[in-house]
Amino acid sequence: MAYVLRRLLEMVPVLLVVVVATFFLAHAVPGGPFDKDRPLPAEVKARLEAYYGLDQPLPKQLGNYVVHLAQGDLGPSLKYPGWTVREVIGSRIGVSCALGFVSLFIAVLIGVPVGVLAASRPNSWLDRVPMGFTLVGICVPSFVLGPILALVFALGLGWLPPCGWGEPEHFILPALTLGLITAAPLARLTRGSLMEVRSLDYVRTARAKGVPPLRVWFVHALRNALLPVVTYLGPAAAGLVSGSFVVESLFDVPGMGRLFVTAIINRDVMLILGTTIVYAAALLFLNLAADLANAALNPKVARGR
Amino acid sequence: MNAPVVESLASESGWQRFRKDRAAVWSGWFLLAIAAVCFLSPWISPYPYMEQNLAQSAMAPSSAHWLGTDLLGRDVLSRLLQGGMISLFVGLIATAVALVLGICYGVFAAEVGGRAEDLLMRGVDVVSTLPLTLIVILATVVFGQNLPMIFLAVGGVSWLTMARIIRNQTRELKGSQFVQAAESLGQSRWGVFRRHYLPNLAGTIAVCATLTVPGVMLLEAFVSFLGLGVKAPMTSWGLMIKEGADIMEECPWLLVSPSVVFALTLLSLNFLGDGLRDAFDPRSSRK
Repeated sequence: MAYVLRRLLEMVPVLLVVVVATFFLAHAVPGGPFDKDRPLPAEVKARLEAYYGLDQPLPKQLGNYVVHLAQGDLGPSLKYPGWTVREVIGSRIGVSCALGFVSLFIAVLIGVPVGVLAASRPNSWLDRVPMGFTLVGICVPSFVLGPILALVFALGLGWLPPCGWGEPEHFILPALTLGLITAAPLARLTRGSLMEVRSLDYVRTARAKGVPPLRVWFVHALRNALLPVVTYLGPAAAGLVSGSFVVESLFDVPGMGRLFVTAIINRDVMLILGTTIVYAAALLFLNLAADLANAALNPKVARGR
Repeated sequence: MNAPVVESLASESGWQRFRKDRAAVWSGWFLLAIAAVCFLSPWISPYPYMEQNLAQSAMAPSSAHWLGTDLLGRDVLSRLLQGGMISLFVGLIATAVALVLGICYGVFAAEVGGRAEDLLMRGVDVVSTLPLTLIVILATVVFGQNLPMIFLAVGGVSWLTMARIIRNQTRELKGSQFVQAAESLGQSRWGVFRRHYLPNLAGTIAVCATLTVPGVMLLEAFVSFLGLGVKAPMTSWGLMIKEGADIMEECPWLLVSPSVVFALTLLSLNFLGDGLRDAFDPRSSRK
């Protein structure tokens, strides 16, 4: 418990650094949110900037922002008048979360069994063929796999809609793209870790004393072998975040990734800050969750604290 | 006088091991070939990469245009070569940036030791959990999407793994007897770094660098794919894949050729990196 509390407290300075860095970067982006094709009258622009507090010196703006942030207020959006950043993000975050979790689920569902299968018959075709595919999976980025899947399943076979959002079948291609990309390293990790564990003494002992092979495999070996896989889920989530940028713009999914990209294009400073903070916080929490799951599985880690 | 002999023997056996790894050797040749045609593209590309010919827009591959033309009638092969030059260039320079940062940070952390070292490495752990792609995108836009800034931004977030590995190795070296001997003979910190750390870290650094290049190229392609990286009329493989994906229904060849070349390049870089690691760094390959 004390450990969790310490980790949570550790997040505060980290997030603060993220806020400061993003704040100055976002304000340094050339062009402002009120620059249109036809320039606004100078007074109107000045009034707008005064209204949003953008005319104050940067350090003061940063101070105000942090004070509001501490109260959970992410400020107003500059490009969607009348909306707060919290409302804009709130309307998008569900989509991205659902997509992320389904992709992670697909990745685990494919990656772990493939890794187990490959490790059960090392150097046979059961090992070589899937591992060859995972190598391809690691080298084919999401922005290549996505169009290929769309080309085959939507335009070639016509089974699925190529893009759009709202129906359940719109979910399949984006989630599959992200899931397959993440499954590849998971499968390699599972295989490598199982290969290491299966040569350890305790596994040999279990086999020698007559434990049925499948039980040795799943109860004795796999439990330990999954530790690095669980740890990897934290970084994998980070990969899903950047993957979701691509997939969301590719398949027209109204999620957070596209929100961030449009916020940059629109120079909506407040929205850029808000999305970055939400992403950073989410990733920090996911990593903490992965570490806690690891401790739950591995008494050595738990005692080591 | 003995040291060079031992070194050459060790590296020779490394090269022999490397040569047996057929996938790695072929990857190496493939990469050399790709790099050669891309960097020679100003002289050998069949058309100027910017030349528009609207009369021949969106043509499928033919004998005049081996990989077809895009919507503005530009030759895809010529653009592929020019885009490859940019992509490889970013890969190399940004890796160099990451290399310098990673070595400095890693060696520094191992040198100061104690609580400061713990704090520095904990910092690396924390930073690597952050959504760095967002920061890269922001930084590229802020600094005007020009090449030097893309190098810096991409390299600036790619040094974390490097710092971790270098620090571990340096710590081992620091405890070794020959470093202690050099120190007790009064060699300066800089001297120890230059004469003892760097030569012993060289293998690790080479392997690390090879394995960093694909990640760096991926990051650049990703930023360009979102339309926030390399700017027209220049191009890079990431940008070409994006342009191809936008009109893949009508002109699939615009998507296929850059995707295939990009994926093959990444695959070869990974094979080459793994091969080098297995040959020159037997300790880490066992993991």
